[in-house]
Amino acid sequence: MELKRMLVLAAMAILGGWLVSFFGRSRRWSVPLFVVGAALFGMGIALAPAAWVDYLVTPAIAAVIYAILSVGLNVQWGMTGLFNIGIAAFFAIGAFTSAMITKEMPTGLAAEYIKQLFGWGLPFPAGIAGAIVVSGVLALLIGLLTLRLREDYLAIATIGIAESLRLVFQNERWLANGPQPLPGIPKPLFCLVEDPPCAWLPGFLKEWLAPLDSRDYDAILLVLLTAALVVIFFLVQRVAHSPWGRVLRAIREDEAAAAMCGKNVFSFKVQAFVLGACVMGVAGALFTASVSTIDFGLFHPMSYTFLVWVMLMAGGSGNHKGAVFGAFAIWTIWMGTTFLSDQLVPFQFKTQVFYVRYMLVGLLLIAILLFRPQGILPEEKGEQSK
Amino acid sequence: MLELIVYGIIYGSIIALGAIGVTLIYGILRFANFAHGDLMTVGAYLALFFVQVLFPMLGVPQERFGGTSFGWPLILALPLAAGGTALVAIALDQFFYRPLRQRRASPVILAMASLGAAFIVRNLIYIIWGPDKINYFPGLVRPAWQLPFDVRLRPDELIIFVVALVLVVSLYLFLQKTKLGKAMRATADNPDLARITGINTERVRIWTWGIGAGLAAIAGILYGVNALLYPEMGWGFLLPLFAAAILGTVGNPYGALAGGLIIGIVQRISTLWLNPAYQPAVAFLVLIVVLLVRPQGLFGGRS
Repeated sequence: MELKRMLVLAAMAILGGWLVSFFGRSRRWSVPLFVVGAALFGMGIALAPAAWVDYLVTPAIAAVIYAILSVGLNVQWGMTGLFNIGIAAFFAIGAFTSAMITKEMPTGLAAEYIKQLFGWGLPFPAGIAGAIVVSGVLALLIGLLTLRLREDYLAIATIGIAESLRLVFQNERWLANGPQPLPGIPKPLFCLVEDPPCAWLPGFLKEWLAPLDSRDYDAILLVLLTAALVVIFFLVQRVAHSPWGRVLRAIREDEAAAAMCGKNVFSFKVQAFVLGACVMGVAGALFTASVSTIDFGLFHPMSYTFLVWVMLMAGGSGNHKGAVFGAFAIWTIWMGTTFLSDQLVPFQFKTQVFYVRYMLVGLLLIAILLFRPQGILPEEKGEQSK
Repeated sequence: MLELIVYGIIYGSIIALGAIGVTLIYGILRFANFAHGDLMTVGAYLALFFVQVLFPMLGVPQERFGGTSFGWPLILALPLAAGGTALVAIALDQFFYRPLRQRRASPVILAMASLGAAFIVRNLIYIIWGPDKINYFPGLVRPAWQLPFDVRLRPDELIIFVVALVLVVSLYLFLQKTKLGKAMRATADNPDLARITGINTERVRIWTWGIGAGLAAIAGILYGVNALLYPEMGWGFLLPLFAAAILGTVGNPYGALAGGLIIGIVQRISTLWLNPAYQPAVAFLVLIVVLLVRPQGLFGGRS
């Protein structure tokens, strides 16, 4: 088996097994379910034609990024009940921050065409750290301003910040190349697929990775993103089961009661809002690795605010497993209908079909609210979730 | 400067018509209706259907008054589109919001449902009319009057202002003089108390949707007359609408009127220093200042 397929297989088997294991009610069930799921997905990848494997990698990367966004939203909405409809803003600001931290300032002729506020050329972890800081500070400002007021003022403010940021990024050339895309964002660990590979790699890994060329980078990225998702999930899960997470749920259920118990409701809400926004910022930084240029048009609220909401509500808000599962389930349906409509719908109706799918997503959200507000994987109550 | 203030008043009266609906729904149904901007779009496109498809088929006379867009087609389209949009809003309420209300869902859930409704409505418009920008009367020349103090004003803009003024005055009379209007104000003040005194609050809610959506539809048409129609036009109005409603104290329709005019004037004057593209951000900036300085709005005593 070629190395690229092995990498994709590993990532997909972990993701598949993990998703299936969510349906286990207790730890006793989740391990066998994980094995079954991993085996099924692994077999699928092992047996699929090579073209299909290639075709699968890009949507899988997008799904993992959506899952991270959905987990971030779950900290805000699912755990604390904060209504954020500016997800795209935190995602975008994370992406732009990370892009400018990791890429160099353009020089020579390119400097005439590419304008950006700064370009530090630092390694990718610095980009992630920067994305966390900037999206966190943005959330802190919005939170301090609105979380003392009526609960829906936060929603209005998040729409406002998302639209205003869009206007700023699209009109200010000096900030991040204005309406033109910002090109040349370095990809993390790209040297693994280069020839010669990274100097710091131990010799046996160099040999093992030698067959990969730059077209196979997506497989490495999928493994990297899967690892990032798993790490973020377990960190956030840990937080959710901490005393701090219990306070958030208490606030969500009954603010007055939580305040009576001596909890500073406002402060906890701000903290939760900032934490969720930081996760979204990380998603933005990771997103830059999957594209080489970004422009603000990519961060459309249709795709990066509304779809994330549908994912979280479908999966089950309040449950991080539900958040991850919803992201994968909705994204699979989304890509599946794209594929089907490409195949089946005559050429002249292509644009309509695009909007029909968005309309159905709107209907799906309302249907979930009406008929299954708890989602596919409802929040786990009590101790059995441990 | 004076010219910008005049433009601001005209633009602000469009915002005010939308913001009155936002504030009434906020006050009476107790949630932030994020689909309100899209109701404006629905009204504008319904009028487009009447003006460009239905009326020519029915043989409605096409001539217009002087250099304006207004003639029989648009005058007839205003009430018809308002009624159609009101029906759309009432249908959305019956199918989506009422079941949630009966389940005593929190206002945030209703706001989320309105976001879904906005999506459905907007994409329906995309499906039917496509994403292009459309004019009610393509190729129409609309010369502007040269008024004193260097103000240029198109006759259309004067009519827009007059239409808005007439609507606001009739709304005032409706809310102050009729039994239903008083019931609406009472429900906005305190829904439980209103129900105890024998007000049919469900009927009040339906009327609220009808009036709010009708005004939004007319606001959308007037904006379409002044500028262009496109499926995202209403979504772009959302920030000015909410800024106006909050500035004028949520639940207070006269406050929304004042808020709309203030937001309109501030947005237009900001173009002296700022790129005109930033106008929605200016509305947001005003909103932030209001939330910082006086979150209960200009006319709010209670929090």
